[in-house]
Amino acid sequence: MILAIASGKGGTGKTTIAVNLAWVWGQNVQLLDCDVEEPNAQLFIKGTCICQEVASIPVPSVDESACDGCGECGRFCAYHAIVSLGTKPIVFPDMCHGCGGCMMVCPKQAITEAGYRIGTVEVFESGQVRLVQGRLDVGRPMAPPLIRAVKAKIDRQRQVILDAPPGTSCPVVAAVRGCDLVLLVTEPTPFGLNDLRLAVQMVRGLGLAHAVVINRVGIGDDRIHRFCQEEGIPILLELREDRRIAQAYSRGELAVDVLPEYGRSFEALVEKLSDLALSA
Amino acid sequence: MNELVIISGKGGTGKTSIAASLAILAERPVVADCDVDAPDLHLLLEPRVEKAHRFLAGLQATIRQQDCMACGKCLALCRFDAIRPPGRSAAQAAFSVDPIGCEGCGVCARWCPAKAIDMLQRDCGQWFVSRTRIGPMVHAQLSAASENSGKLVATVRDAARKIAQAEDRRLIIVDGPPGIGCPVIASVTGATRVLIVTEPTVTGEHDLERVIALTNHFAIPSAVCVNKWDLNAQVTERIEERARQLGTRVLGRIRYDPKVTSAQVAQKAAVETDTQAGEDIRNLWRGLKGDWGA
Repeated sequence: MILAIASGKGGTGKTTIAVNLAWVWGQNVQLLDCDVEEPNAQLFIKGTCICQEVASIPVPSVDESACDGCGECGRFCAYHAIVSLGTKPIVFPDMCHGCGGCMMVCPKQAITEAGYRIGTVEVFESGQVRLVQGRLDVGRPMAPPLIRAVKAKIDRQRQVILDAPPGTSCPVVAAVRGCDLVLLVTEPTPFGLNDLRLAVQMVRGLGLAHAVVINRVGIGDDRIHRFCQEEGIPILLELREDRRIAQAYSRGELAVDVLPEYGRSFEALVEKLSDLALSA
Repeated sequence: MNELVIISGKGGTGKTSIAASLAILAERPVVADCDVDAPDLHLLLEPRVEKAHRFLAGLQATIRQQDCMACGKCLALCRFDAIRPPGRSAAQAAFSVDPIGCEGCGVCARWCPAKAIDMLQRDCGQWFVSRTRIGPMVHAQLSAASENSGKLVATVRDAARKIAQAEDRRLIIVDGPPGIGCPVIASVTGATRVLIVTEPTVTGEHDLERVIALTNHFAIPSAVCVNKWDLNAQVTERIEERARQLGTRVLGRIRYDPKVTSAQVAQKAAVETDTQAGEDIRNLWRGLKGDWGA
């Protein structure tokens, strides 16, 4: 089963849930950190890096001696990533989606593709967890191709847990697409509910099975509980507001390591998820 | 005209709560919510929408089923895994486009031998010009699972600037998105100052490095404030030290105060209720004003 941990709102505890769950699951877990703009799972999982690769996207490279400045490439590009004003074209690689259209449309075959670095994909081993982490280079705008590069490492032989970025737009879609179940982490506040609604709209639009984890129960009110009941969304785990969890988190420690009572909460979550996987 | 953008790198550090409070404290601001895929500022400022605009951006391929010859050229050319092959039944004899995967490049339409593919404008959400108890606000809602968030951010900021000019308002307060990618870049480029709200955790610390690298990359002056600083005083000090090394100003700490959540439940900004964190935010605002000489 490929399980994604997502949320509309940031900072609700996606990474906390993902890393603690991966740790208690036991054998053969592959944890994918798809929050490539701000990857954090490794701060908790630690471990040793066993592999690092550069991730690139294909962008046009113009052979100026062959180009006659006809401008077909610039007229075709939907992203203004290659611009020609009756001159040899200029390429803006950060705008390029890598569709290959300019190369195909060029009547002089003057365009080839070259790799343009957007970040790295690293693999860490720690205990029984194998962590695959994407890290977007600072200043590069486009996260989805790097998220796809992280997901290309998915090992179906393992239990896969995917830590998604916050929000509801294209990076999140790139992360959760093709997953078997999306666990939406939220908190019982107005912001938490508003962003949960948006996240539920997104996963429903994508036709993905989903359930909710409520973090920091005790702050705010019971609006998340009521919403989940009305919408028929199962709540698989509730974690009470506990300053000790926040403090362990602040130091980069796993709650299940330093606060044994939470080990049992997460074991119960593993059981529920395993039952869901069997019944699916 | 000054434009103060509030970002954080890591999500959930308190950007929106602080943005709302600064908006209350500021004199005649224009407020803009640029966290367009998970906007929350409207929950505190309760805007009355005066004008709603559709946000049309980018294109999406659609295959006219009756004209498709099912040759499969589109499937072979598409790099975004967005073409679905025909199903088994006669009713699904043609290829089709998965709108979620399609990035609107137009390659399939251009090279379809039957010319059976149209590129249609994509409806990516809405943006609004509104009034709140403190003045004008521009905000938006990207459709769930949509693209072009950067473009929508640019649209919101542009509208906010026009209002500021028309109404002679000197400050725009922008609530930004988390992360360091496309919508964040669209939120900060050209801004006069960026306030980075972080928290004293190893993740807050890690993400702060990257977000300062981003503001330095685009040469935008930035200041840092540590929210919930007393959660871990040691990490707070480490963060402030590091921020100074990276050439950023350190402007105030905000203590952890559960009443900020109570204020949120009551649809109020922290400075509108009796909270200790509210006092810290007032100090932060004094620092920001001094920083600008405003």
